[in-house]
Amino acid sequence: MSSATFQLWRGSGADGKYTTYTTDYQEGMVVLDVIHKIQAEQAPNLAVRWNCKAGKCGSCSAEINGKPRLMCMTRMNEIPVESPVTIEPMRAFPWIRDLVTDVSWNYRVKKQIKKFKPRPPDNPDGTWSMSQEDVDRVQEFRKCIECFLCQDVCHVLREHNLHEEFVGPRFFVYVAALEMHPLDTENRLEELVTAKGIGYCNITKCCTKVCPENITITDNAIIPLKERVVDEYYDPLKRLFRMFRSK
Amino acid sequence: MPEYQKFEHDVLVIGAGGAGLRAAIEAASVPGLKVGLVCKSLLGKAHTVMAEGGIAAALATVNSADSWKVHFADTMRGGQYVNSWRMAELHAKEAPECVHELEAWGAVFDRTSEGKILQRNFGGHRYPRLAHVGDRTGLEMIRTLQDHGIHQGIDVHMECTVVSLLKDGDRVVGAFGYDRQRGRFILFQAKAIVLATGGVGRAYKITSNSWEYTADGHALAYNSGADLADMEFVQFHPTGMIWPLSVAGILVTEGVRGEGGVLRNSLGKRFMFDDIPENYKSQTADSEEEGWRYTQGDKQARRPPELLTRDHVARCIMREVKAGRGSPHGGVFLDISWIKERIPNAAEHIKKKLPSMYHQFKQLADLDITTTPMEVGPTTHYIMGGVRVNPDTQMSTVPGLFAAGECAAGLHGANRLGGNSLSDLLVFGKRAGKFAAEFAKGQSQGKVDMAQVDSIAKETLAPFDRVSTSGSTGEGPFRIQHVLQEKMQELVGIVRTEKEMVSALDELEKLKQRASVVAVDGNREYNTGWHTALDLPNMLVISEAITRAAIERKESRGGHFREDFQNKEKAFGEFNIIIRRGPGGAMQVVRERIPEMPAELKQIIEEQAK
Repeated sequence: MSSATFQLWRGSGADGKYTTYTTDYQEGMVVLDVIHKIQAEQAPNLAVRWNCKAGKCGSCSAEINGKPRLMCMTRMNEIPVESPVTIEPMRAFPWIRDLVTDVSWNYRVKKQIKKFKPRPPDNPDGTWSMSQEDVDRVQEFRKCIECFLCQDVCHVLREHNLHEEFVGPRFFVYVAALEMHPLDTENRLEELVTAKGIGYCNITKCCTKVCPENITITDNAIIPLKERVVDEYYDPLKRLFRMFRSK
Repeated sequence: MPEYQKFEHDVLVIGAGGAGLRAAIEAASVPGLKVGLVCKSLLGKAHTVMAEGGIAAALATVNSADSWKVHFADTMRGGQYVNSWRMAELHAKEAPECVHELEAWGAVFDRTSEGKILQRNFGGHRYPRLAHVGDRTGLEMIRTLQDHGIHQGIDVHMECTVVSLLKDGDRVVGAFGYDRQRGRFILFQAKAIVLATGGVGRAYKITSNSWEYTADGHALAYNSGADLADMEFVQFHPTGMIWPLSVAGILVTEGVRGEGGVLRNSLGKRFMFDDIPENYKSQTADSEEEGWRYTQGDKQARRPPELLTRDHVARCIMREVKAGRGSPHGGVFLDISWIKERIPNAAEHIKKKLPSMYHQFKQLADLDITTTPMEVGPTTHYIMGGVRVNPDTQMSTVPGLFAAGECAAGLHGANRLGGNSLSDLLVFGKRAGKFAAEFAKGQSQGKVDMAQVDSIAKETLAPFDRVSTSGSTGEGPFRIQHVLQEKMQELVGIVRTEKEMVSALDELEKLKQRASVVAVDGNREYNTGWHTALDLPNMLVISEAITRAAIERKESRGGHFREDFQNKEKAFGEFNIIIRRGPGGAMQVVRERIPEMPAELKQIIEEQAK
């Protein structure tokens, strides 16, 4: 049994401050266990969002000592406890109460992205054929648990607040999963430039570093999308071709 | 007089996991129909996300001998023949189409070398039958349904909990709830309601279930007069994590065994060969060699005993632990690393096939499953029992009230086969949505009794008043839930006796008294203490239902094991146990005869028994 001190961001509205709690913890405990312990023993109305406590649902995102992480997958022995451990809500989204933020913006953004549109079935029984090689790439993106930690860390959203012009790393991964889906026939490249603001990303790779599913967001999703956009819209030959076609 | 946000829907679906999403999509496909979907958490976070192994459907992509008939017979055998044979038939016939629908909506399953959907082995399934995506199939399924569903014109109410259903005479006409973020009350009017709220695992101490599993749908149905069935059948999954303590209960997928993982005791012995039930002998490997060949796709080989049904494997693990042959932390060893003796690049192969498991153990237990055996033990995983429904329409005994997925009863009988849950959600979610829409089309909105609504609202706020009026803080909800979990685990767990279960009823009565005066402080904004206080009555009444049904079934069958009645009794195989709220409010326990199975289904079972 060890003991540690935590500074939890508490309050709501304009009224937020750190509150200090000291509690014991056992070997193997994760940060979310400690939060639950504080909730059960010292602060029964402490607001915290969580679900599976197994790293599969992406609900318990927070900033632990300033780093965006899942509380359920951060073991106590991974973080220094000599000085108080700070736990704050994700700062890139409107704050509701204590450790909980309003992430509904993400859900509105997703709805605006054109949905999956498959080609006609390959086989008479209405099924498709795809090789494992062709789906590997998309499967990496589909591991995303929508914890929104990549959104939280992205400076375009966090510091520049460009939520209306820029959809953020999560939705570039989402668009990449659709665009690179072997069956998909939709084209989302134009909206990536006009409405999704892919140009704002200057590939600092902060999103990749915080992804709990280890998705190589920048290298495998964003950069290939940027390349496709360049090929499609900034290639001089294609531009010329488009000019003729549009007349 | 409290204020209410009001919403009107034709069909209201409560619960947004696989079954709820599938039901909402189906209902919304009817032109002009207004569909509402209530999620207790954020959309896409429901417990379905945790399903790992796969979706069972007789696609026959890996073994062409598979068919709906074999799947039907496997499901009935696994459920020890107290299943609804009609649901088992519909499920086996319709599951393949439902999997193909997911693919048409963007799901990306693992592939065979011919480019078809790959299927894997799982306990109790005769052939490789589980369509899967590594070991994160549930995530793939819920995300596919979510991403498709958001374009279907469904009104989604996120972070919203329903506390009561509203009736007009016999018929259900609405629901009352609150939004978790702000604590505001919400009044839903609906012509038909689908319950898809999942299970009850949070009433137990060691569970693989998320916090949402507080028996809400079971309790809503029971309180509104609907019958529950098969509540004694709770599934304890044989392999949950047991160490470190704080992660005890987290699931270790059966897929580990499907990929060749073996169970060993502290002596290093593969104990599952010691006890193979009579009705599975002809299908089970008689050597380690044959079992290995089965996991590697040899169609002539029979499955290893590690892939017997979950109820049986869980009891064998308990037996080893009780006999002193357990692992250091009170479980047994599950070893997948040994396959390096058989195949090259075993570590890479394991990481590819079981990525979440590799990740989970590495991160939570500092253990590399490609080199070291895991320690595992049984964990509360699933309830086979639930709302009693019409097998074709999924309507409960209350008109206008439907149920699908884990909160409905029937398909799985006494024990669910792995993989049959995800297919259950799709097949019966779709059916519930379809028939709820049809029911709604024939109705006008019913009359909501506002006096009743006001009184429910007052009751919902009562835990706050107990602090302010008495001046002293009463007992908080977390302690009560904790005691409930300990008692259910200890007294109505894997091994049951009459004496212990009767004492459980006493304990539950005491806890009900304590819960009736529970107090919370703070305000209504995202107040987890308040939320838990409101969940408690649901968990308590359903724990009582489980206990009373388990006392009534004086035999051992599937997930229900009685130390005082260790054998399966033919007489008990002829009925289901029904729980309903009696006229005076007391819980009634009734035996209901299972309808006679049609000759053609009987014949299928006989043929498949060979």
